[in-house]
Amino acid sequence: MSLINYSSREINVKIVYYGPGLCGKTTNIQYIYDKVTPETKGKLITLATEMDRTLFFDFLPLELGKVKGFRTRFHLYTVPGQIYYDASRKLILRGVDGIIFVADSQRSRYDANIESLYNLHENLGDYQLKLDDIPYAIQYNKRDLLDVISVKELEEELNPKHYPAFEAVAVKGTGVFDTLKAIAKSVLRNLS
Amino acid sequence: MVRTNWKVFEEDYWAINTILQELLKNSNSSSVLLLDKTGQLISSLGEPPQFDLHSFASLCAADFEANAQLAVLIGEKDFSTLYHQGSNESMYLARVEQNIILVILFDKRTTLGLVRLRAKKALDNLETVIRRLYGKLEYENEENTEFNEEFVQQAEVEIDSLFTD
Ligand SMILES: Nc1nc2c(ncn2[C@@H]2O[C@H](COP(=O)(O)OP(=O)(O)OP(=O)(O)O)[C@@H](O)[C@H]2O)c(=O)[nH]1
Ligand SMILES: [Mg+2]
Repeated sequence: MSLINYSSREINVKIVYYGPGLCGKTTNIQYIYDKVTPETKGKLITLATEMDRTLFFDFLPLELGKVKGFRTRFHLYTVPGQIYYDASRKLILRGVDGIIFVADSQRSRYDANIESLYNLHENLGDYQLKLDDIPYAIQYNKRDLLDVISVKELEEELNPKHYPAFEAVAVKGTGVFDTLKAIAKSVLRNLS
Repeated sequence: MVRTNWKVFEEDYWAINTILQELLKNSNSSSVLLLDKTGQLISSLGEPPQFDLHSFASLCAADFEANAQLAVLIGEKDFSTLYHQGSNESMYLARVEQNIILVILFDKRTTLGLVRLRAKKALDNLETVIRRLYGKLEYENEENTEFNEEFVQQAEVEIDSLFTD
């Protein structure tokens, strides 16, 4: 739900990080928060359990300088990946303008990725949306670990339509900004 | 229906702010905010807050929407208002039309009764403005001359320079 305010000359857009529990969504947003300049970022909000598992969402507002007189703001959200929190996930998806699906490359998390992607389709369906309607990218995270599935195999199962895909090691920041930049650009392109 | 995209035009913005300004004054509150239910801030008036407004707005929307879901679970259609009482600062949240939320922050300088009373009038007026705005959106043709190729290219340069390690 992008909001364009012609009077205060602001554009707000919403980008959601989706994916199974522990795949690294919060890690992505935390890395971005640590690296961008203070003028670019607002306050990072995380609603998590004591175990650092996202309970409701993380939220980080990022702001571009003025472009043709308009101030553009990206609202980044992560959903809680644990299956149990589906009601919260659905709420966060409301009004989404762009989605990043973070997949966990570990073999042991193969089924969890498929499950979560299926859940994403279902929850979008409840808002009469399809993945094809929204700027979308997939991130294969945790490429640093030993027992990871090949990108080719992951593509076949999780990304048969070949949406933009990025390999990442979110703990080190590898691929984090590449993924964000790609989605941020296609969301703005979608406005015009 | 969930509105997927929307816009606020100059005259509506001023109409909204006039209503909020009056509410701020006649309810004696510290600040008033208007946001959409996805947490995007439309306008805010009053004492400049000491916190990040956009994060605050996102939490307000989440709070309100989570409560709306609770309402459905116990068989209510909605909780159209919420009240959080603190020892110094309190908050009153109310739905304006299905997509918009009004948030009022107030302290001991006023009372819940007065805030609620003034909010009621403001909600009616806001609803009229919002409906008019929606009407315009339906008739507006989708040509968006301001967000052309030039805008996108300049924005991309900004993205490349700001979103980096
Ligand atoms: N080795 C490795 N560990 C990672 C990577 N990315 C994240 N992690 C770790 O994975 C764990 C879970 O990361 P989070 O970012 O909290 O996961 P999440 O997706 O937010 O999980 P939920 O909030 O439960 O949905 C943390 O211990 C991270 O440090 C990575 O690229 N490589
Ligand atoms: Mg998390």
